[in-house]
Amino acid sequence: MSTATYRHSTDIYNKFTSNRFAAAGALIVLALFVLSFLAPYITPFSPDDLDAYHVLLPPSANHWMGTDELGRDVLTRIIYGARISLKVGFVAVGISVFLGTVAGLLAGYFGGWIDQLLMRVVDIMLCFPTFFLILAVIAMLEPSIWYIMIIIGLTGWMGVARLVRAEVLSLRERDFVVAARCIGASHMRIIFRHILPNAMSPVFVSATLGVAGAILIESSLSFLGIGVQPPVPSWGNMLTAGKDYLEFAWWLSLFPGTAILVTVIAYNLVGEGLRDALDPRISRM
Amino acid sequence: MLGYLLNRVLLLIPLFIGITLITFLVIHLAPGEPVEMQTALSPKVSAKSRERMREFYGLDKPLHVQYLTWLKRLSKLDFGRSFAPDGRPVTDKIKERIPVTLSINFIALILEFGLAVPIGILAARYRNSAIDKTITLFVFLGFAVPTFWLSLLLMYFFGVKLGILPISGLHSLGAEKMTPFAWLIDTSRHLVMPLGVATFGALAGLSRYTRSTMLEVLGQDYITTARAKGLTERVVIFRHALRNALLPIITILGFSLPGLIGGSVIFETIFAIPGMGQLFYMGVMSRDYPLVMGILVIGAFLTLAGNLLADLTYAFADPRIRHGRA
Repeated sequence: MSTATYRHSTDIYNKFTSNRFAAAGALIVLALFVLSFLAPYITPFSPDDLDAYHVLLPPSANHWMGTDELGRDVLTRIIYGARISLKVGFVAVGISVFLGTVAGLLAGYFGGWIDQLLMRVVDIMLCFPTFFLILAVIAMLEPSIWYIMIIIGLTGWMGVARLVRAEVLSLRERDFVVAARCIGASHMRIIFRHILPNAMSPVFVSATLGVAGAILIESSLSFLGIGVQPPVPSWGNMLTAGKDYLEFAWWLSLFPGTAILVTVIAYNLVGEGLRDALDPRISRM
Repeated sequence: MLGYLLNRVLLLIPLFIGITLITFLVIHLAPGEPVEMQTALSPKVSAKSRERMREFYGLDKPLHVQYLTWLKRLSKLDFGRSFAPDGRPVTDKIKERIPVTLSINFIALILEFGLAVPIGILAARYRNSAIDKTITLFVFLGFAVPTFWLSLLLMYFFGVKLGILPISGLHSLGAEKMTPFAWLIDTSRHLVMPLGVATFGALAGLSRYTRSTMLEVLGQDYITTARAKGLTERVVIFRHALRNALLPIITILGFSLPGLIGGSVIFETIFAIPGMGQLFYMGVMSRDYPLVMGILVIGAFLTLAGNLLADLTYAFADPRIRHGRA
């Protein structure tokens, strides 16, 4: 068993890293984490330091990405903004993966009315244009990054639930599960020990893609002014501030937008790479 | 087919109820009573509209009674009156906005389909080649680029710097006096950027999907057979493979509707297009609850209709579905 698992995971690892797009994506994501953890040690500036003498400076040796309308260093604010984006991505997706997995397991394993009920809830939730729902709820609450993460998580679990349910439905009938049931294993043990570990690989893929989606939603909300509130830097609210200076300070719009773009692409490449590496039906040529 | 149709339509009833329930709960479970929040946060709200809200929802009654009352009015398409100074019925406000959003999304959907399917086929046919990789990168760019940022950049380049495209609204001033042809040109010019942004963003999902179903189909025995009997590549791809690969795409199109409608908030707000997305954003910002609830319900109903249409088309096209064997 253990050698088989080992061979299987090295196989996945090799498939993943031999995909250059996926490896590049993984490197970028890793770099973002390092940058945002080490933010105070990397940049000599603070994200909130105002400097009336150095307002709207173009990129230079001292300020690599220029300064904004209040004289703050743009690169520093982007690095600190990465913290927000990564946090939102992880917490929001963590919530939706948790909810989706629980719902999918219950629906797929127990079937019957539980399945009917949960899947109808999924159908209903999928009818709402997600961004409308998020906007409506966020606007009613006090602006807070925690609310944003929770709401994005609460509106994003349906896909995971469907994926897990489909996996569970097929796993439930497999010999090793039937065998476990025969020797009297409890529901709990069958679900968590035998079914869950085998149902998770599509969830990883969808979670990775979900992080990218959550980052985009947060930046859109912040851009519309109901997300992360200034002066806390987020890529979205930096763009809101920058749009008024688009004509004479292009760097205020170019760099935060590029940061979002690169991060979202990186997560997507990782997700796609994982999908290819985990799916035995797609063999690489 | 009739049995399937009946089944699908009956299934709508719990969905209708669920949609209204969630909309109702979203507004009513928020901290504080809607009326209180409304008045506390927006001094513009008059005592009159406050009374209107209380009366409309019967806020002194228990929650389930309030819900049933609201539901009864909904069935008559009465969403109450907007909190905005004009105080017009929400139904009227939405009615004049829906055509704009729907027609823009409809055109975007056609563009999306017309572009995504061919490039998906191309990517599958030349899998792992330079073409495939370029396409992958291009559609990922579209998916990853924040709509609002791309819109801003386009507005700046084409609108301000080059000055060749209008940057806001649907029509120029005095459009109502133009000849029909000039009017069409004028409107199209206004729509180039919003449509471009909406389509570019939606390409990824559909083209990736086309690519993977095409790959699956191309690996099947009957394709090998078709090739073995000497059919040209064109016939193999378009007559044999594409037909089967296209079927699941019908469902995907149905599912992309909520995304398109939701996405319209962003580009309608940025390009100042008087559609449902912009109305929703304004409603949300001014805490116009009747309006927000109305649009939520209608947006969800539209999606439901879109999905139903997709399912029925699918059942019509694929006998395995309507006979419950797939």
